[in-house]
Amino acid sequence: MAPPGQMAVFPSRNRLLIGSWLTSVRTRFDMTLLLILLLPILFLPAPLVLRHAPRAAVVSALLAPAIIFYLLLQLLPAVLAGQVLLFHYDWIPALGLAVSLRLDALAALFALLISGIGISVIFYAHHYFAGKPDAPRFFAMILGFMMAMLGIVLSENLLFMLVFWEMTSLISFLLIGFYGQKQISRRGARLSLFITGGGGLALLAAILLMGSIVGSFQLSDILAERALLQQHSVFPWILGLFLVGVFTKSAQFPFHLWLPHAMSAPTPVSAYLHSATMVKAGIFLMMRLYPVFSGAEVWFYWVVAIGFMTLLVGSFVAIFMHDMKGLLAYSTISHLGLITLLLGYGSEAALTVAVFHLINHALFKAPLFMMAGSIDKAAGTRDLRQINGLAWHYPWLAVLSFIPTAAMAGLPYLNGYFSKKLFIVESFQSTDSGWLAVLIPALAILGAAFSVGYAIRLFHNTFFNGKPRDIPNWPLPAISGWVYLPLACFAALCLWIGFWPEVLLHQLVQPVVQAAQGNVALTTDFSPYDLAILQQHPWLTTISMLTFAGGLAVYSARKALFAWHAALPTVDAKDIFESRMQWLIARSQQGVHLVENGSLQRYVIYLVLTALVFTSWPLWQLQQWRGELALMPVDAMSAGALILLMVMAISVAVLHRQRLIALLFTGATGLLITVGFARFSAPDLALTQFSVEVMAIFIMMLALSFLPQSSPQEKVRYRAKRDAVVATVAGIGVAVLSFAVMTRPQQSISDYFLANSVPGGGGSNVVNVILVDFRGFDTLGEIAVLAIAALAVFALTRNLRLKGHSPSAEHIDAWHGYAQPYPLILRTLARPLLPMALLVSAYIFLRGHNLPGGGFIAGLITAAALSLQYVACGIRWAQVRMLTQFRPLIGAGLLIAGLTGLGSLLFDHPFLTSWFSYFELPVIGKFELATALLFDLGVYATVVGSTMLILANMGRLMTIHGPGKEIG
Amino acid sequence: MEVLVALMLGVLTTCGVYLVLRPRTFSVVLGLTMLSHAVNLFLFSMGRLHSNAPAVIGAAQQHADPLPQALVLTAIVISFAMTAFVVVLALRSALELRNDHVDGVDKEEEPI
Repeated sequence: MAPPGQMAVFPSRNRLLIGSWLTSVRTRFDMTLLLILLLPILFLPAPLVLRHAPRAAVVSALLAPAIIFYLLLQLLPAVLAGQVLLFHYDWIPALGLAVSLRLDALAALFALLISGIGISVIFYAHHYFAGKPDAPRFFAMILGFMMAMLGIVLSENLLFMLVFWEMTSLISFLLIGFYGQKQISRRGARLSLFITGGGGLALLAAILLMGSIVGSFQLSDILAERALLQQHSVFPWILGLFLVGVFTKSAQFPFHLWLPHAMSAPTPVSAYLHSATMVKAGIFLMMRLYPVFSGAEVWFYWVVAIGFMTLLVGSFVAIFMHDMKGLLAYSTISHLGLITLLLGYGSEAALTVAVFHLINHALFKAPLFMMAGSIDKAAGTRDLRQINGLAWHYPWLAVLSFIPTAAMAGLPYLNGYFSKKLFIVESFQSTDSGWLAVLIPALAILGAAFSVGYAIRLFHNTFFNGKPRDIPNWPLPAISGWVYLPLACFAALCLWIGFWPEVLLHQLVQPVVQAAQGNVALTTDFSPYDLAILQQHPWLTTISMLTFAGGLAVYSARKALFAWHAALPTVDAKDIFESRMQWLIARSQQGVHLVENGSLQRYVIYLVLTALVFTSWPLWQLQQWRGELALMPVDAMSAGALILLMVMAISVAVLHRQRLIALLFTGATGLLITVGFARFSAPDLALTQFSVEVMAIFIMMLALSFLPQSSPQEKVRYRAKRDAVVATVAGIGVAVLSFAVMTRPQQSISDYFLANSVPGGGGSNVVNVILVDFRGFDTLGEIAVLAIAALAVFALTRNLRLKGHSPSAEHIDAWHGYAQPYPLILRTLARPLLPMALLVSAYIFLRGHNLPGGGFIAGLITAAALSLQYVACGIRWAQVRMLTQFRPLIGAGLLIAGLTGLGSLLFDHPFLTSWFSYFELPVIGKFELATALLFDLGVYATVVGSTMLILANMGRLMTIHGPGKEIG
Repeated sequence: MEVLVALMLGVLTTCGVYLVLRPRTFSVVLGLTMLSHAVNLFLFSMGRLHSNAPAVIGAAQQHADPLPQALVLTAIVISFAMTAFVVVLALRSALELRNDHVDGVDKEEEPI
């Protein structure tokens, strides 16, 4: 396997175009492929839009498959002649994922089946859903499914294919649960999603393994690396995972269980997804990757064994199904087993038969489902014990159903005849000597006999076998004549292939087989499969008679068999699955409740502990905590301030239950941090911290007035001790970590900023230049966060109901008791303070580019000065005089900052590139103009607006007059 | 000096974590304030400690690392906004739920 580092680069496109087994002569790029893939999705909304006009809806739904079918027929001659059509577009090259399509004979066959049967199913569904509102929803889903299915067969990139593979599982889930109000539908849908979805994961693993070995997810690259893959040590894993993936999809034993339970879907779904197309996706993929896997011994044993098992189980169980659709489902399982088995043989002849039978099965199984669906709809039941003797009620249905049933049983001059006989002949030829040589043909004959048995049962039981019994809809209503149209088409095709099998074999099947084998060149010596083999085989007639006799015998003995079957204990896979699922859900809920019990305290401690574990581990591995940098000498002032800060912080923690005192200590802590910033050469930070601290304490004071003034004693005593231990450990960790970093030399990228601040940004205050220029985009994001927080505060306080908290008369009296609401001295001082403060903030703002200051700090100073007016003179007084609304101010700020950035785009510079120049002004002297200043103005406006919005709206909650209209 | 600063960071973190783990919203708000102080100072200390070396070209011979300072400057403003938001959230939940327990439920307490 390639080392992980190499996995990121997949030279997909080059390898596809230059070196591979495809030469440029036989490949052609064709946009039509993309059109074919996208057509269903383009038409998907149409039936939904036209849901009130059923006819228009069905016509719009029919258009997509009809156009696809037509396009495919146009491309078919070239494809059958061996040409490979390609379409390529790199989607995520780093992952090797590409929108890469490929149409060769194999893909074309499947695409024809998908679109052709799609047409008949949509047509049939129109009559099936007649009089019900379900049809448009169904059409939309079927079109979505059609695209997914076409995506599987047309993909050239295996990862791209997997996307569609999963999509079919999902849409199948939705369609099985089409009648979601029925429990049986929901359970069947869940079971199928569980099995097919699980298989999809296995397939993903197989594809990733293959891609990592080959170095590309392109099909042509993978197909070319047969030897590399088969000799690789993980090949058995790839094969195993791949087989799990395809077997779940194609309902192979023991994953077949979901298919019978999928029969609760509407019958058109069963006809389309669960017999003709989706269950064949697994078969398709086996054929697609046939060149990689076939010939490996493991492949032969597993695929043949599982296929045989599926064939036998399916055909045997089918006989006992009283439900018509159940019978057909098990019959489908057995036919899928047959095709799988043939693919396992690994010979070209077996592959030919497999492809041939795949076409035949699609052609005779779809009409049988339609027949079952029509009877179900007419009679209100599809129980074969009730449905008897319908030949006298629906003679045409009987005639048209006879042909596909007989084809299924393998009667002469019908398409099923040849595939079944060819299969038996193959099973004689494909085995070596030994006990397998006897066992395989014997089992093949047994399986064939069973399938004759259930075919006879289906037909005889439905149309003859006495009279109908306990039919819910009695007398039986007529079946719309239109339903017979698709049935007749399928019957005609069955007959046509039955009479002239050579045409199909030579014209379509052989190119498909060659495409599947990877030899596109028709010039290689490929011997056309010779049907004469059937005549030459010595025992064939005898075997034919034997299977029919066996089938008849099984059917005649049905009463005894049913009695035996009824005596067996019933095992319902769905119920077992459900009870397992319930158990699993209950266990995981218990698990979740252990961790997540709704207590925030618990979550926080989990968070802290996780952080501790993840940081202390690497910290522990440090050789020594102290680095090599010399320590800075301690001076008494700084040491005193730092120790005082620690005392304050500890006091907050200790006294936190006396809230006002704790808050005051918090404020003191913040102010001491300001001193710290100033001491350690960060004047901008000191200014910012100082103005923020004032505001923050102010807000918390406001909030505290509505909250209890002290916290109650905690009930769980040990918890405080535990938390103290955890917090101490966290503190020690942070202390050690920061000490370790601070004492180690630094490699900073800041030299660039320091060097370029003046020449590039036009400012000597590097911190400010970083904010408004170098990292201006970050700042834009940060003021946006500030604005959002302010708006959130606004929204939260907007409809805040102070239950019993609007100041009552006694409250106001108490207030008046110890203080004037608006003290005179403060009022007098605040007013002249405002213009001075504004002047200071203007100064701080303007000098910010070159000296400590800037938009953030100026904004905070302005906000502090403005809020002082609110405090000193009351909210009403201030609001009347406040000319600016805060929310528009925030918006304007963001807009100025954003537009300044966009402005640089006009001059062909990247977003937020600043421009500056120096001017000579009379009197003032040299003067700098910079766009960064404009950006800083946006920052300033946003900061002022946000801070004021927060403060004013919190403040208004506690006015004497009660919370009035929101501010800002 | 580095020892003292590291110690102070440790103390701030300890107090912050301890308060965040308390069951009352107001303590949590105080704890978050403490923690954001700790985080800001921690980020700041990543630029190492410098005396008399502001990152202003021409104001000193040496310059402290301006990048952590710029980061912390916005972080201070944002943590202020977040504090305001958490305060209002705490206030609102206390008034709506009639108790100020962080889990929103406090059966044994009397509603405030």
